Amino acid sequence: MKAYVGTVLRINLSTKTITKEAIDAEMAQKFVGGRGLATYMLSQEIDPTIDALSPENKVFIATGPLTGTNAPTSGRYMVVTKAPLTGTIACSNSGGYWGPELKNAGYDMVVLEGKAEKPVYITIIDDEVEIKDADHLWGKKVNDTTDTLLEEMGDQKARVLCIGPAGEQLSPIAAVMNERFRAAGRSGVGAVVGSKNVKAIVVRGSKKVEVADSEKMRDILKGAMAKIRENGVTGQGLPKYGTAVLVNIINESGVFPTRNFQTGVFEEAEEVSGETLEAKYLVKRDPCYRCPIACGRYCKADDMEGGGPEYETLWAYSADCGISDLKAVIKANHLCNDYGLDTISAGCTIACAMELFEKGYIKAEEIDGPELNFGNADAIVEWTRKMGEGEGFGAKLAQGSYRLAESYGVPELSMTVKKQELPAYDPRGIQGQGVQYATSNRGGCHVRGYLISPEILGIPEKLDRLSLENKPQWAKIFQDLTATIDATGLCLFTSFALGAQDYADMLSAATGQEWTADSVLEAGDRIYNIERIFNLKAGFTKADDTLPKRLLEEPIPEGPSKGWTTKLDELLPLYYEVRGWDAEGVPTEETLKKLGLK
Amino acid sequence: MKILVKLFATFRDNRFVKQEMEFPDDTTVKEVLAVLAIPDEEVAILMVNGRNEEVDHPLKDGDTLSLFPPVGGG
Ligand code: SF4
Repeated sequence: MKAYVGTVLRINLSTKTITKEAIDAEMAQKFVGGRGLATYMLSQEIDPTIDALSPENKVFIATGPLTGTNAPTSGRYMVVTKAPLTGTIACSNSGGYWGPELKNAGYDMVVLEGKAEKPVYITIIDDEVEIKDADHLWGKKVNDTTDTLLEEMGDQKARVLCIGPAGEQLSPIAAVMNERFRAAGRSGVGAVVGSKNVKAIVVRGSKKVEVADSEKMRDILKGAMAKIRENGVTGQGLPKYGTAVLVNIINESGVFPTRNFQTGVFEEAEEVSGETLEAKYLVKRDPCYRCPIACGRYCKADDMEGGGPEYETLWAYSADCGISDLKAVIKANHLCNDYGLDTISAGCTIACAMELFEKGYIKAEEIDGPELNFGNADAIVEWTRKMGEGEGFGAKLAQGSYRLAESYGVPELSMTVKKQELPAYDPRGIQGQGVQYATSNRGGCHVRGYLISPEILGIPEKLDRLSLENKPQWAKIFQDLTATIDATGLCLFTSFALGAQDYADMLSAATGQEWTADSVLEAGDRIYNIERIFNLKAGFTKADDTLPKRLLEEPIPEGPSKGWTTKLDELLPLYYEVRGWDAEGVPTEETLKKLGLK
Repeated sequence: MKILVKLFATFRDNRFVKQEMEFPDDTTVKEVLAVLAIPDEEVAILMVNGRNEEVDHPLKDGDTLSLFPPVGGG
């Protein structure tokens, strides 16, 4: 079985035992790798009802079979665990260089179990794996931690994955960071790593990932690269403007959530657009491993410079907080990266706090920092810092918007699904995206199924964003294909140019297994269903497949999507049917049998 | 009739960001593109009043036309 390197590195932090076990080849084929295989293993090994921050939870840091190969964008790894933010399965995906380095060291995944007595970090240098004392690192921010570890290792080429102070403080919106600016951002995976007293994992590998048929792989990659280069989005749009180019498109469609989703049009969108970012603040592009698309940005504002901001971040801190000061947004993004906070959840939590403040729930005398008014640029920077430090009222914000709004008796003012903050597209004007949000296995999220692609960008075909027709079918296909792409270890952005057949061809040549477009989609369906089953066992029901009340009941008040709400009542039963789930959203026996899960 | 034309990303190069333009009644998007010297095939997203439309769409007085080259992300 090629492309997998064949070894799972298991580290029990309670007993300080390090074991290396062979990867289960049969299950690897069935669940592809990464997100799929790790979810399968997690489901086998933990009880989904446990507390996410207890030593019983485990963290799978997993690559896919294509990670570290010559395939374009093959730098991805995923953090799979039970999420503290949502209580659902978590799978947070990150790029950069850490994933390929892990495979070059000889491991497909690292499993963290138990809890270290005191702070530790882990070094993996090929076969040498050590658990080391991290007292001197605890409390350090991400850049400082990275610098210190690179110096200690005496090897600037080592790759550092770490948590920041937010993860140490168990904030449920803490991220796992690698190479300073790349984030496995969502669902609070950083807090789970922090709960195990693990500060960092440094990797250095000297091997090479081998594929089954290198000649065939070369031909297939030539074709895939040509498609990526010739495609307008992956060949021109993303390289030139990064993801922030979406600001104007989404705003022109009237679905750019503004002031905590109170409207869908931001009057100052141009000030924070990808075009403005490129003209004023872009220092350079910052691509991940083997990536010809290079959407990654590196920007500078005054004394702060670093990776990002990407579209979702930019939106959360600008329109959602009513801010048009791009400099402040860049600074807030920088602070999130350095403290190890998820930028979407952090920005959206401040937006929610602003609505709570303006509506009188949060009182001026209760807060120890800038007034939380929409449009206050100082507030987004200072409150992000205080969230990262866990200081004063910032510690309350660091719990995420759901817990914050709930503490004032108005959880409906948190724009979340399953307690995870929604990203930058108002589903009231994008009906398919609405049902996708409601059924995403990790709660509010756009990268479980990016329906924006057909509904707004017209890729692979144009759909009317306000029509309900066939949207449940589209949601399922996008969710399934995404699950497989994630599991392969490639970047989701390749899917603007590539289709199921391309992924099948790459998987076949790399692994030596037989893959077809159909089996790629079926594997995704299987992964989606095991995630669903994990959530059902954790206690989630149909009632959780919903959206914030505002999006179901209050029409968008102005602009091109004026008058619309998400028609979830109509879409959800059809979605369950398309998935082969019963009326309660539970996979039927027949569906499980068909997918080989019975 | 008056049409508000908005250009984005590379379409702005040597043109404009936003401009109100006069056209005869029933002008189609295609005819506007010809005036702007933007080849049809370079337009990836074309919105009239925030809704996706095709190039043969006839415009009405007061419409907003937004034009994008291939762009995307997330
Ligand atoms: S497209 Fe962007 S996020 Fe994806 S691998 Fe390339 S640089 Fe990284």
